[in-house]
Amino acid sequence: MLLVTCPYCGPRPEIEFRQAGEAHIARPAITCSDDEWADFLYMRDNHKGYMRERWRHVAGCGRFFNVVRHTVTDKFVASYKVGEEKPAIPAEAAAGPRVEIVR
Amino acid sequence: MSETATRLSAFAGLTLPAVRNRLSVTVAPDAIRYSLRGSPAAAAALGAVFGPVPSTTACRATSAGDRAALWLGPDEWYLLAPDGDAAALAASLSAAIDEPHALVDISHRNVGLILKGPRAADVLNGACPLDLSETAFPVGMSTRTLYAKAEIILWRTGLDTFRVEFWRSFAGYIVGLIAENAREHAV
Ligand SMILES: [Zn+2]
Repeated sequence: MLLVTCPYCGPRPEIEFRQAGEAHIARPAITCSDDEWADFLYMRDNHKGYMRERWRHVAGCGRFFNVVRHTVTDKFVASYKVGEEKPAIPAEAAAGPRVEIVR
Repeated sequence: MSETATRLSAFAGLTLPAVRNRLSVTVAPDAIRYSLRGSPAAAAALGAVFGPVPSTTACRATSAGDRAALWLGPDEWYLLAPDGDAAALAASLSAAIDEPHALVDISHRNVGLILKGPRAADVLNGACPLDLSETAFPVGMSTRTLYAKAEIILWRTGLDTFRVEFWRSFAGYIVGLIAENAREHAV
């Protein structure tokens, strides 16, 4: 069972959580252009490697928070509350076994 | 013609499982239940009138007499009190709080079961993924979690006693699963 650390409740089973996309995407001002608005709504980095993501402890405290997670190995390295200082992204070598996707 | 509303038990027609000397399952008595949303200061102000002061420590319940406040989130608590005039109690509690908050009466939305016995934790673990050992989930711990696919509130009230609260429409699903998970302990 994969444990995800909620910054409020501590380590809890993954099934209690929902992933909620890339974190730290600021809503642009109401006066922004259509392109900026489209960027905000739809454009995401979605890269292979460590990403900052929003997660929600939906079947627990219900709170949204942020994590640093590797999108290939699914390794979680940090959890932090909304508004807290962003933890550093680890070097890629720390990601655990490298998974190559063969096409 | 009478217009009186009759309160129907969510457990009518359901057979509550039991395993001799190992597990008993009983329906918690009708109760006043509130969802409280607000700051810790609002919760503390409510506690001065309510009795138990809602915990600011994560996943901990406080109780005083037959009233209890269960921590569900940093700004959310689940309050339990004996059955009675829920509207009057809510008014007196809200009057004690002088900042924005929400105190919602959910007495009839939720129901409760009490699981007691040396196998209670095992039977809960049949469908709840939390570590229910005494060290990881001590007496007095409370949290929202899952029982299979149903959201529940779990509160350990004693070493071998748990109170499980959930939406009344889940009663059949949860009782059925508890019965299924209890079967292996009946041998
Ligand atoms: Zn949580």
